[in-house]
Amino acid sequence: MKNITKIGAVSALSLIIGASAAFAENIKVAFIDPLSGPFASTGTNGLHQFEHAADYMVNKDGGLLDGQMMEVVGFDNKISPKESLIQLQVAIDQGIRYIVQGNSSGVANALTEAIDKHNRRNPDSRVLFLNYAAVDPALTNDKCNFWHFRFDANADLKMDAITDSITQNPDVSKVYVIGQDYSFGKAVSAAANRFLSEKSETIEIVGDELHPIGKVNDFTPYSRKIVASGADAVITGNWGADMLGLGKSIIENGFEGPIYTYYAAGSGITAAFGESGKGSIRLVGEGKINPGPSDEVTAYYNAFLEKHPDGNLDQTRISNTIGMLAQAIEEAGTADDVVAVANALEGMEYQTIFGGTVMMRAEDHQAIQDLHIFEHTNEDIAFPYDGSEYGVKVVNTIEMAGADSETTCKMRRPNES
Amino acid sequence: MDLILVNLIDGLVTGLLLFMLSAGLTLIFSMMGVLNFAHASFYMLGAYFAYQISIALGFWMGLLLAPLIVGLMGAGVERYGLRRVHQYGHVPELIFTFGLALLIEELVQFVWGKNHVPYNAPEILEFTAFAIAGNSIPAYKVFMIFISVGIFIGLLYVLTKTRVGMIIQAALSYPRTVEALGHNVPLIFMGVFGVGTALAGVAGVIAGPVLSTFPGMAFVLGPIVFVAIVIGGLGSLWGALVASLLIGWITTFAKSYNIEMEAILNGIGIATPESLSDSPFRDVWSLTSPQIADILPYILMVLVLIFRPAGLFGKRTQ
Repeated sequence: MKNITKIGAVSALSLIIGASAAFAENIKVAFIDPLSGPFASTGTNGLHQFEHAADYMVNKDGGLLDGQMMEVVGFDNKISPKESLIQLQVAIDQGIRYIVQGNSSGVANALTEAIDKHNRRNPDSRVLFLNYAAVDPALTNDKCNFWHFRFDANADLKMDAITDSITQNPDVSKVYVIGQDYSFGKAVSAAANRFLSEKSETIEIVGDELHPIGKVNDFTPYSRKIVASGADAVITGNWGADMLGLGKSIIENGFEGPIYTYYAAGSGITAAFGESGKGSIRLVGEGKINPGPSDEVTAYYNAFLEKHPDGNLDQTRISNTIGMLAQAIEEAGTADDVVAVANALEGMEYQTIFGGTVMMRAEDHQAIQDLHIFEHTNEDIAFPYDGSEYGVKVVNTIEMAGADSETTCKMRRPNES
Repeated sequence: MDLILVNLIDGLVTGLLLFMLSAGLTLIFSMMGVLNFAHASFYMLGAYFAYQISIALGFWMGLLLAPLIVGLMGAGVERYGLRRVHQYGHVPELIFTFGLALLIEELVQFVWGKNHVPYNAPEILEFTAFAIAGNSIPAYKVFMIFISVGIFIGLLYVLTKTRVGMIIQAALSYPRTVEALGHNVPLIFMGVFGVGTALAGVAGVIAGPVLSTFPGMAFVLGPIVFVAIVIGGLGSLWGALVASLLIGWITTFAKSYNIEMEAILNGIGIATPESLSDSPFRDVWSLTSPQIADILPYILMVLVLIFRPAGLFGKRTQ
């Protein structure tokens, strides 16, 4: 009788302990990006990749610290800066410490300012901003702050890689720059001009123009000018319908050189280019998937496809973001003190499963990593995009691109205020 | 000089494509007195249906079947939608077509997703037809020209030379008289609406591969179609043709030549201010023609409305 009571008491006790361990607070990550409206597919695909990274890289192995799981919570910002600030407040009120966002530098600019202000005023509920895709160089230069980390290479670093590839190509002596008429298009054009004039005396820019964003139906007249200019290569920062329209038109109207781009893959664009883009479309980015990925990447990608058969794992930096956050939390020994986590992130060197190292530069919180020039092709493609047979294959790698790039960031750290 | 010829051809392609849309729209307008806001949505449906059919049966079956399906859908919309709304006046009709446009866009996103779909020109047409001074004209463009010109001639023939065309024209102006003569006017209306939307469908089928097929394609093209029929004169087929070609050429040439506003202003005797940054009009001085190419048709529309309110070929209505 006594024994039974004892066993009962012990099992009850262990149940309570077990339950409390199981109910250990999840480490929540707020994903603030468009989940409805015209950019919903980009946002939703990003969310899926974050969820997958958290499950596969953290939760599958038993979570962080003493078994805390990582949970990605989606917040729809309708790609509006104003809506993002509201969602940020909601996330903070729910006790979330980590904010991830990437689509639109306009939103990122609004968030980084709001978070800086919030953290200075509310030391008890500080949050970190992990920017995985907004590439406006200002975010890690004039507008940098201690709470913002960028895991994507900024527009300047990417242009650095593109122009490296162009100057190494002996066939290219004339370059045409074309882009959308807004801040990003202008930044791309300025960077292309700057890097090309710095790196080569022989390469000439034979055209540099902007077109209205999202309003051009037919890009034929632009392609005529490109062909007429005698350009050997085209550089464009276009995305979405403007990217596809411009690219298709340039190719159809007889341009045969390479077209260097930032955003010409996934989201239906790879499938739509199909055969016509082969040999033309070059893409700058990070994360090697083709050719011949490692077993680790294969397993990771297949696990993703199992859940999202129509999805693309087109933003490998998302897994770096989650991986580096997890490593920083482990190093800091806490997920609640974001200053400690941020300090752990600063200067961190992280081995990514896609090969190479990501180094989070301490002075401006800009990730320095290998950048690749990819080629749109159907050869050696283990993981194609959009359910087509086409994908992007690495043709050129710039190791630790822009490791010595300058920054105008003057960061104020929390202990120095 | 060679470039002028190339631009003429490019502008012709753009213009003829626009014509196929505006022809249907202007026919429907003269028939029912209602601007069909959903017209460009039928164009989008044409492209998507053709894409879906081309996966299974190839491009040519898509070219044949997709406009047919779109036309039937259009006829259905007229029979079961517009005709019922018609009795409440023009405003409910307008709102109905507006809602239809939104509905179709959502539907397309629901079925085919929000991304671009890989709808491509048939391989048999993927070669360069000819080249003018290094500017290649793709065979597909020549094909587009032939299709649209063929449709225009066919349409003109049916409307002006056949009995059906006579009845349609009469029904447009005097529906009661035509009805009294024993013709089924509602059926004629339904038929014209169906043909109009089918024309938009054809435009979608042949434009899809070059202008890319995505859920925003109706939204991008929609407004310019209205501009075309307003410039041409509401209800006039010839007007629609002339206005469409005009728009095609104006935008093509404006984009092809970097004409600077500064040069124009200097040309009419206004000197460039010494320091542009101090000038309140510095943005005007730095404008180039490609930047404003896409609003030129709207400027043209405003001018036409001021000086010839009924449009270039329009008859002044009561």
